[in-house]
Amino acid sequence: MSQRIVIDPVTRIEGHGKITIYLNEMGEVEDAQFHVTQFRGFEKFVEGRPFHEMPALMARICGICPVSHLVASAKACDELMAVTIPRVAKDLRRVMNMAQIAQSHALSFFYLTAPDLLLGMDGDPAQRNLFGMAQVNPALARDGVSLRQTGQQIIELLGGKRIHPAWIVPGGVSEPLTEEKRDKILTMIPPAIEATERALDWFKEIVVHFEREINFFANFATLYMGTVMDGNFALYDGDLRIVDADGNRIADGLDPLKYDEYIAEAVEPHSFLKSPYYKPLGYPDGIYRVGPLARLHVADRFDTPKADAEFRVFRKEHRQSSFHYHYARLIEMLYCFEKIEIILNKPDILSKHVRAFAEPNSYRGVGVSEAPRGTLMHDYEIDDNGLITRANLIIATGHNNLAMNRGVLQMARHFVKGTQIQEGMLNRVEAVIRAFDPCLSCSTHAYGQMPLAVQVVAADGAVVDQVVRG
Amino acid sequence: MRRVFTLKIDDRDVSGNEEQSVLDVARENNIFVPTLCHVDGLTAIGACRLCLVEVQGVAKLLPACTTMVREGMVIHTTSPRLAEYRKMIVEMLFTEGNHICSVCVTNGHCELQSLAVKLGVDHIRLPYLNPIREVDASHERYAFDFNRCILCTRCVRVCEEYEGAQTWGVMGRGIESEIISDLDQPWGDSKTCTSCGKCVQVCPTGALFLKGKSVTEMVKHREFLPYLATMRKVGKNGHG
Ligand code: SF4
Ligand code: FES
Repeated sequence: MSQRIVIDPVTRIEGHGKITIYLNEMGEVEDAQFHVTQFRGFEKFVEGRPFHEMPALMARICGICPVSHLVASAKACDELMAVTIPRVAKDLRRVMNMAQIAQSHALSFFYLTAPDLLLGMDGDPAQRNLFGMAQVNPALARDGVSLRQTGQQIIELLGGKRIHPAWIVPGGVSEPLTEEKRDKILTMIPPAIEATERALDWFKEIVVHFEREINFFANFATLYMGTVMDGNFALYDGDLRIVDADGNRIADGLDPLKYDEYIAEAVEPHSFLKSPYYKPLGYPDGIYRVGPLARLHVADRFDTPKADAEFRVFRKEHRQSSFHYHYARLIEMLYCFEKIEIILNKPDILSKHVRAFAEPNSYRGVGVSEAPRGTLMHDYEIDDNGLITRANLIIATGHNNLAMNRGVLQMARHFVKGTQIQEGMLNRVEAVIRAFDPCLSCSTHAYGQMPLAVQVVAADGAVVDQVVRG
Repeated sequence: MRRVFTLKIDDRDVSGNEEQSVLDVARENNIFVPTLCHVDGLTAIGACRLCLVEVQGVAKLLPACTTMVREGMVIHTTSPRLAEYRKMIVEMLFTEGNHICSVCVTNGHCELQSLAVKLGVDHIRLPYLNPIREVDASHERYAFDFNRCILCTRCVRVCEEYEGAQTWGVMGRGIESEIISDLDQPWGDSKTCTSCGKCVQVCPTGALFLKGKSVTEMVKHREFLPYLATMRKVGKNGHG
């Protein structure tokens, strides 16, 4: 009799989803699927809205990474206006985007992942959280809280409001930076860099205890996709590059605005999350990963000294296990703080010229940028009056959909034995998903909440065990 | 010579002349009466009913903006009954259109929004009607989002009374009422509109706005209206 295991809801990820583990006649794991069961219709309900409202509207997709949507959306709107925005405006947007990435990575690493790393995958679930962590390693927990705060405070200083700031607008930003704010942000950077370095040291120390997890943590060859600027690691502007698991360039200099020429989306009946793949290799062979791990694979170097040094260490070894997303995330955080400092020290950063004005000049606009979780794409079309007629979003978590599914299967094969759901086993399966730091509310643009569950399903379709948490 | 009356508002002795409304006199004496359809300088029409007050000896509630003062009137501008009615009116305005403050161009500068806050509207007790309404962005410089319109007709009045263009009008009745330009043509096709923008500035919500404004950026400037109103009076009276 074959059986099915379902994990529902997957805890400590942003949003909600469901995992089903299918067992065969012998009670062994046959297949596993990660489904996202929400549906959000943002693409539909923005139709008919003036395009100038899009950044703020799109920021509402997500309470965790609103800035990423602001950036991608505003870039798409810049394209609709067919303007080149002032250089300082671009720099200011980059600062906010990096502050957002830093705070999101801090949340992912310290709040959601570090408890597993510190207290063990089989630890008491009631303890495996930030508070439990604070008892065992208070300094680490403090660093996590303060790093997240730093990112949030920078966003707040720039945008005026921590969640959903309306500062990033089509054509640039709505207000120039003041000297006072710049100086305040600059004082926050050195301690943030130090805290990130401490976390990196700690991670490198403890990672040796996770050999087993690393081996089965979505550890397989896929393509990687990410943005590079002249070969440099880049988050805001640049070309897309695709490399294979061994670092060979599959495609380079891809114009992000023409994403639909090389990326297609498959729709699976079991999930509202679309499954994008690299067109030339077809579905599902065109499986690729995006986000921190992928970005560190496509880049040749970092253009900030500390992050570049860490990058060289990172790339010394073959790191295809998704467990290394965590590692990559810390290096990216380091880069963000270093880069923010460099940008804010530019002599013209306080320039008053931060916004371009124009009427709609193009019927289609595509905005692409790197969000905490990977490449984010907003694609809009408008009518003669500037009202949206079509919108398509490809969200970072979506790109990783295929890889997450395979990761769940791989993990389940090695850690799910029998029909009984045990806490440690479940946590490992969930942890695979968490390594990708998926944001499910973003990826489905869904409204309402549907918790995520893990179910074990037998060959005859009977649910033999299930866990529902939330 | 205008006749001067003495009356009582909220137990205070006040005076006003025969050309003044209860609202005028209340405001002169710093007594707050909520309003939405009324704006100084435009003909009062008593449409929104937010300014309702209690007049002793009159069973009905009367709108302060269209009720002229008379000798010996005793008026109350606050009471539990008035507070409840006003709240209900604002709630109904919210349910009738599609008012999504968080993504609105006038968020933070909207009269409907600030009035709701002032009157303590913290939730809506009626079902939302979620009407399907469209945005008219055909005008070169301005846009009209009917979703956010509260049918106060300020735009209609300012267009007629000051610009003399009569571009805006009201079509339909009751809940079906709509603001239309000319004979229900796209605004951009209007032959009468002079693109003066007065309607945009007097509109209390984000229904009329300047194209290109992002969320929270549409701040209205109505300073021109009292000035034009004074000039008009001067014109009428010859030398003021
Ligand atoms: S468009 Fe504005 S001014 Fe005109 S009726 Fe509607 S809310 Fe009032
Ligand atoms: S302000 Fe008097 S009825 Fe609207």
